[in-house]
Amino acid sequence: MATSVLEHRAPAIHHAHPKTGIWSWITTVDHKRIGILYGATAFLFFLLGGIEALIMRLQLMGPNGKLVDPDTFNALFTMHGTTMIFLGVMPLSAMFFNYFIPLQIGARDVAFPRLNAFSYWVFLLGGLFINASFLVGAPPNGGWFGYANLTSSRVIAATAAAPAPGMNIDFWVIGLQILGIASIAAALNFFVTIVNLRAPGMKMLRMPMFVWMSFVVQVLLLLAFPVITVALVFLMMDRNFGTSFFMPDGGGDPIMWQHLFWIFGHPEVYILILPAFGITSEILPVFSRKPLFGYTAMVFSGIFIGFVGFGVWSHHMFATGMGPFADTFFSMATMVIALPTGVKIFNWIGTIWGGSLRFTTAMMMALAMVALFIIGGLSGVMHSAPPADLQQTDTYFIVAHFHYVLFGGSIFGLTAGAYYWWPKMFGRLLDEGMGKAHFWLMFVGMNMTFFPMHFLGLNGMPRRVYTYPPGLGFEFWNKFETIGAFILAFSFLIFLVNIIKTWFGPANAPADPWHGATLEWSIPSPPQEFNFPKLPMVGSSVPQWDARRAAGGHLPEPALVSGADIPMPNPSYWPLVSAIGVFLVLGSLLFIRVNPVHWWQFTLFGVAVLFFGVFRWAFEPPH
Amino acid sequence: MAQAATATAEMSPADEHHWTSTGLDSRKIAIWGFIGSECLFFASLISTYLVYKGKSLVGPLPHAESQCLLHGKMQTCEGVFETPLVTAGTAVLLFSSFFVVLALYHAQKGNRAKLLGWLSATVMCGVFFVSMQVYEFTHFYHKGMGYSTNLFSTTFFTLTGFHGSHVTLGVIWLSTVLILAARGKLPPEKSLNLELAALYWHFVDVVWIVIFPVVYLMR
Repeated sequence: MATSVLEHRAPAIHHAHPKTGIWSWITTVDHKRIGILYGATAFLFFLLGGIEALIMRLQLMGPNGKLVDPDTFNALFTMHGTTMIFLGVMPLSAMFFNYFIPLQIGARDVAFPRLNAFSYWVFLLGGLFINASFLVGAPPNGGWFGYANLTSSRVIAATAAAPAPGMNIDFWVIGLQILGIASIAAALNFFVTIVNLRAPGMKMLRMPMFVWMSFVVQVLLLLAFPVITVALVFLMMDRNFGTSFFMPDGGGDPIMWQHLFWIFGHPEVYILILPAFGITSEILPVFSRKPLFGYTAMVFSGIFIGFVGFGVWSHHMFATGMGPFADTFFSMATMVIALPTGVKIFNWIGTIWGGSLRFTTAMMMALAMVALFIIGGLSGVMHSAPPADLQQTDTYFIVAHFHYVLFGGSIFGLTAGAYYWWPKMFGRLLDEGMGKAHFWLMFVGMNMTFFPMHFLGLNGMPRRVYTYPPGLGFEFWNKFETIGAFILAFSFLIFLVNIIKTWFGPANAPADPWHGATLEWSIPSPPQEFNFPKLPMVGSSVPQWDARRAAGGHLPEPALVSGADIPMPNPSYWPLVSAIGVFLVLGSLLFIRVNPVHWWQFTLFGVAVLFFGVFRWAFEPPH
Repeated sequence: MAQAATATAEMSPADEHHWTSTGLDSRKIAIWGFIGSECLFFASLISTYLVYKGKSLVGPLPHAESQCLLHGKMQTCEGVFETPLVTAGTAVLLFSSFFVVLALYHAQKGNRAKLLGWLSATVMCGVFFVSMQVYEFTHFYHKGMGYSTNLFSTTFFTLTGFHGSHVTLGVIWLSTVLILAARGKLPPEKSLNLELAALYWHFVDVVWIVIFPVVYLMR
C-alpha cells in the first residue's frame, strides 16, 4: 500500500497539537476523537435507556405491579424510546460515521472538521437537556411520537411529583429541536465528505458498503429532519402561543401532527437500520473470505429502501381511518419495501455461502443481526396489511416487531461493528472469550425478552399500559420476558468488563487483525492524526485485499511516520461556543411559561452568543 | 475535474490537501445539500398552509370578507391582503437576485467598485423586502389579525415569518461579505465566499416565487 512507500522508521510522532488533557478533547476537530466522544456519550445514554427498560420490565413482571405509578410509567416508556432512538442508536451510528467514513474512503478528515465538533457538542447539550427534565421532576411523558392533541394541550396539570408543571413535553419538544440541528449539521458534513473527499480512484461504485449505506442515511437525515423540525415548531406554538395547528377547537387537525411526524418518523426507521446493514455488509465478506455477493444490487437496494422509505409513512396511521385509497396505497408501498430488503438478505446469504467462515464475535453478531432482522422484517410485512394491522396496532405484537428490527437489527449490527473495529480504534483486540459470552447471553436474552411479546400482543395485551390484572393469561410470559431482559442487561455488563480489561492490557492489535478488505486496515491501529501519510490510490472495491494479494499474502506492518509536512486543521473552541449559543437560543424557550414577559431576553442573549461564536469561527484560520 | 485527471502517487502534501473527488470546493456542495434540506423545510410549511386553507373558524381571511373580532366585538371585515405592496416587494427581491449575479461577475473579474455597487444594491433590496414584511405584519396586527387569531393567520405568519427570517439571515451574510469586499478582502480567487452567499440568496428568492402565488394570488 501507499504507506509502505514511505520508509520512515523513526517512531517520533508529529505533535503539532496536544494529544492529552481535557482541553485537547474540548477543542478537538479530529474526526477520530469526535467519533470516540460520540461513542462514549451514546453508550452512557444507551445504558440509561436500558435502565429505564429494566424498571418497566420489573413493573410488568407480575400482575397489578406496584413498583411505579402510571405517570412514572408514561415517562419511562417515553424516555426509553426517545433515548434509545435519538441518544443511543443514532449517535452510536454517528460514532462509526465519524471514525470510519474518512478512513474507508481514504481521507484525512471530514470535509468540515469544526462543523463536526459543533455537531457533537449540540448533540451532547441536547441529550443533557432532555434528561435534565428528570432533575426538575418533569420528564417527557407523551410517548416518543408525541401525538397531538395529548401533547398540544394547553391545560397544565400540576401534580405533587411535578414541581415544574406541564413542562414535560416542552423538554421533549425543545430537546428534539436541539438534537435535530446536530443531526442536520452532521449529515451535511458526511454527505459532502463522501461526495468530495474520496481518495483518487475511489469511484462511487468502489466505495465500501458501509460508506454507501451511510451515504443513504445522510440523505435521509437531510430530508427528514426539516419535517420534524417544522412539526415541533407547530407543537411548541400550540403549547405556548395559543395557536391551533393541532387543536380541533380552533379548526386544527391532530392527524396533521401524525402525518408530519411519520413523514419524518418512517425515514428515521431506515436512518436507524441502514448503518447496521452497512456494518453487516463489511463484516460478512471479511470473515467469509469472499467478496460481498451482488455489490451493485446491494447499493441500489439501499438507495431504493431510502427512496421508498419516504412513501410509506401512513402505515403507522391505519388506525386513524384514512379511507380505502390511502390505506391501499400505503399498504402496497410498504410491501414493496420488503423487496429491496429481501435482496439484501439473500445477498448476505450469498456472501457467506461456500465461504470459509471464521466465527469471531463480530461475525456471530453480524449473522445474528441478519437472522433476527428477518423475524422483525416478516412481522413488519404482516402489519402492512391494514386489516391485520388493525388487530395488532397498540399491542405488544408491535413492540415485538420493532425490537426485532431495532435491537435484533440495529443494536446487533452496531455491536458487531464495535467488536470488528475496536482494534482499529484503540489498538487493542477485545477478548474473544468474553465476546462469545456477551454474544450468547445477548442473543438468548434478546429472544427471551422480545419473542413472547408476539404471543402477548396477539392475545391482546396493550402497549403503554402500566399494568394488567391477573387471569388474562399474561403472567407467565411477562415474568419470562423480565428474566430475559436481565440476561440481556447482564450481557452488556460483560461487554463493559471486556472493555475495561482490555483497556489495561497491552496494545496488541496489528494494523489488519482480520485480513480486512478496506482502506482502514492499511494504516496503523490506532491511526495517526492524519490517517494516511499519502493519499491511497484505489483500483477496486477491495483495495486492501488487492494489496495483500500483490504482496503474496503477507503485508508488513505499516510504519509510523512523522507527517510533519501534512497540513491538518487547528483545534478550535468556537464550535463549542456556537453549540452553547444554539443551546441557549432553544433552551430559553423553556422559560416562556415561567416568565411570559421577559423570556425573550434570554433568547436574545443566546442569539448574541451564537452569532459571536459563528463569526469568530468563520474568521478563524482553519489551518 | 482537472484535478481528478492529474491524480498521481506523486502528489505533494499541498496537492493532496486541495484534492477533492469532484474538483469542486466542498463548501459549494455543502450549500447545495443545505438547500436540499431547506426545500423539505419550506415544503412542510407550504403544505400545512395549503391543508388548512379555508378551514379558519373566524376571520379575517386573505381575500374574502368575513366576520372577525375587532375592538372587542364581532364585525364584518375585508380581506387583509395588500397585494400591490407585496408585489412590489416580490419584484425587489427578484431584482436582488439579478444584482447579486452582477456582483459575483465583477468579484470574479476583480472590478471592486462595481462589485461593491451591485452588492450594496442586493443588500438594500433585501432590507427593503424585510421592511415591507415588517410593515405588512404590523398592518395585519392592527386589522385584528394576531398570530393565533385563526388557522389562516397562524399558518401565514409561520410560513412568511420563517421566509422573512431566512431573508434576514441572507442580508446579514451578504453584508458581511460586503464589508469584506469593502476592505479589499474579496479578491477574485476568493470570490467563492460571495458565490456561496449568492447561492443561498437565490434559493431564498426561489422559495418566495413559490410562496407569492400560493399565498397571495391563489384564491
